[in-house]
Amino acid sequence: MTTTATVAAKRDTEPFSHRLKDVGFWAEWAALVGLVLLVIVFGIADPTFLSSGNIQSMLVAAAILTILAVGQTFVIATGGIDLSVASIMTFAAVVFGQTFAAGWPLAACMLAAVVAGLLIGAINGAVIAKGKITDFIVTLGALSFASGAALVLSDGKPVTVINAFLLRLSAGGVGILGWSAIIAAVVAVIAHVVLFRTRFGTHVLATGGSSEAATATGISTARVKIAVYVISGTLAGLGAILLIARVGAAEPASNTSFLLNSVAAVVLGGVSLMGGRATITGPVIGALLLTALTNGLTLLGVSQFYQPVAVGIVVVLAAFLTRFQR
Amino acid sequence: MTTSPATSGTAIDTLVTVDDVSLSFGSVRALVDVSLHLKRGEITALVGDNGAGKSTLVRCISGIHRPDAGTISLDGREVHFRNPEEAREAGIETVHQNLALVEDLTVWQNLFLNRELVHRFGPFALLDRRGMQRKAQEMVAGLAVNVPAVKSRVRRLSGGQRQAVAICRAAGFSSKLVIMDEPTAALGVQETARVEELILRLRDEGHAVLLISHNFAQVMRLSNHVWVMRAGRCVGGRRTAETTGEEIVALITGAKSA
Ligand SMILES: Nc1ncnc2c1ncn2[C@@H]1O[C@H](COP(=O)(O)OP(=O)(O)O)[C@@H](O)[C@H]1O
Ligand SMILES: [Mg+2]
Repeated sequence: MTTTATVAAKRDTEPFSHRLKDVGFWAEWAALVGLVLLVIVFGIADPTFLSSGNIQSMLVAAAILTILAVGQTFVIATGGIDLSVASIMTFAAVVFGQTFAAGWPLAACMLAAVVAGLLIGAINGAVIAKGKITDFIVTLGALSFASGAALVLSDGKPVTVINAFLLRLSAGGVGILGWSAIIAAVVAVIAHVVLFRTRFGTHVLATGGSSEAATATGISTARVKIAVYVISGTLAGLGAILLIARVGAAEPASNTSFLLNSVAAVVLGGVSLMGGRATITGPVIGALLLTALTNGLTLLGVSQFYQPVAVGIVVVLAAFLTRFQR
Repeated sequence: MTTSPATSGTAIDTLVTVDDVSLSFGSVRALVDVSLHLKRGEITALVGDNGAGKSTLVRCISGIHRPDAGTISLDGREVHFRNPEEAREAGIETVHQNLALVEDLTVWQNLFLNRELVHRFGPFALLDRRGMQRKAQEMVAGLAVNVPAVKSRVRRLSGGQRQAVAICRAAGFSSKLVIMDEPTAALGVQETARVEELILRLRDEGHAVLLISHNFAQVMRLSNHVWVMRAGRCVGGRRTAETTGEEIVALITGAKSA
């Protein structure tokens, strides 16, 4: 009995210890390993880091980034990149603020924000797919356009948004999970199903893997391209609603850190920037990691100025690890 | 069976007719008034030097390019494919020169790419992954080439295994015509032999095959009919049984005119 048990155990541990020496294994799980390390280090350094209050606020803080990162994942899976996500979110927030100030009902304001994001995403996609211009350039233009349009539309002034529903959205929740964290989780689950359980998801990965091969089987890569930018823009619109709920105002100020962090979360999540290989779990863990990193540094009293420095280092390290991916 | 002599041989056996097709890329006249036809149940070979226009002609037939002039008919009816999807729907499957498999997807995903099986739930449709994996296993099981598990990524396959998967995909989905653009160009001797077996089996199963090849021995071995292209033109056609490798070479180089 005991001998067979040890033999079985040996058989299980042997390949595992081999895998631990394999860089590819670490590359695949970089984000998770990084997250666990951070939690241990910060948890020891400052016990409040693991208090339920802090975990709750971290999850809420991670919600917007998670939603943007999910949109970014779809774009990057096709081999593109959406540099305009954060600006679209700002623009959508301003649209929300202006419609709210004009006395529209809340539901209509929220819809307007989401539609605004969707439209800019659709323009991005159409110009990239039909105009055959590089993703990088088009979304860089959209970045500038959307942040400028946000300033024009709002005349540069923030609009205070006080509303009972939004207040509950930002403060309420179920147990440790705030509503925005729940929304982000639902978005992630739906995205996972879409990417891995639908024809569209397969076509997204095929477009990124080899657009020539996808075209030859009759897949319209132009339609796929447009669709992923629509997804990214729409999710940026949803992010705008959560942002307004959290801040209590619609501000035209740009949210540039969200752009870098959304790409960073995707890279940390092990998604190939070349397209064709992606997961949703990876970028979600990446978003959690980045949030834990900034939160922990703040708790430890490290100057805010160091946070982008830390994020930059972590991202480049993660990108380096992906070189060893199998 | 009594058929009038006028229609027998052409109208009935002919699956595809290419009539005066021309296509230019800017100033490059890739195809100039190309006319040829190919028959049901036969392997038709298309030969010619590099740059003669073979791949371009294939891309016209499979819906990637649209001819500037001329017509293509399938089953006696003119077709105007606007994209590869329409050609595939009409029963034309192509194994492209550059393979056209997505390396990051698995074997089964490639076999069913854009032909995915789904479970419907009202307006939603979720992939029938199990069903596709099972059918893919069946499709692959009949191959002479040993393909690893259908769940493995194509990236991990050898050249011959990839070609087998690509041919397997083209042979499925009840295709009438399977076009193969230099299917053995990148393969070793043994892999080439296996792929040739596959090609012969396709014909025996009733598919028409259009085979592009640089390998004369292979063309003489496999094909029933040979068309020769030179500098964008179709310069002649022969029944394989009635010609020799030397004559074909002479046609390709222009030493002999049709
Ligand atoms: N997409 C394209 N754009 C421009 N020129 C092309 C394109 N495709 C093929 N050509 C040109 O058309 C000619 C025929 O090419 P191709 O059909 O690939 O020849 P083959 O397959 O017989 O070697 C060549 O001169 C090639 O450079
Ligand atoms: Mg060619």
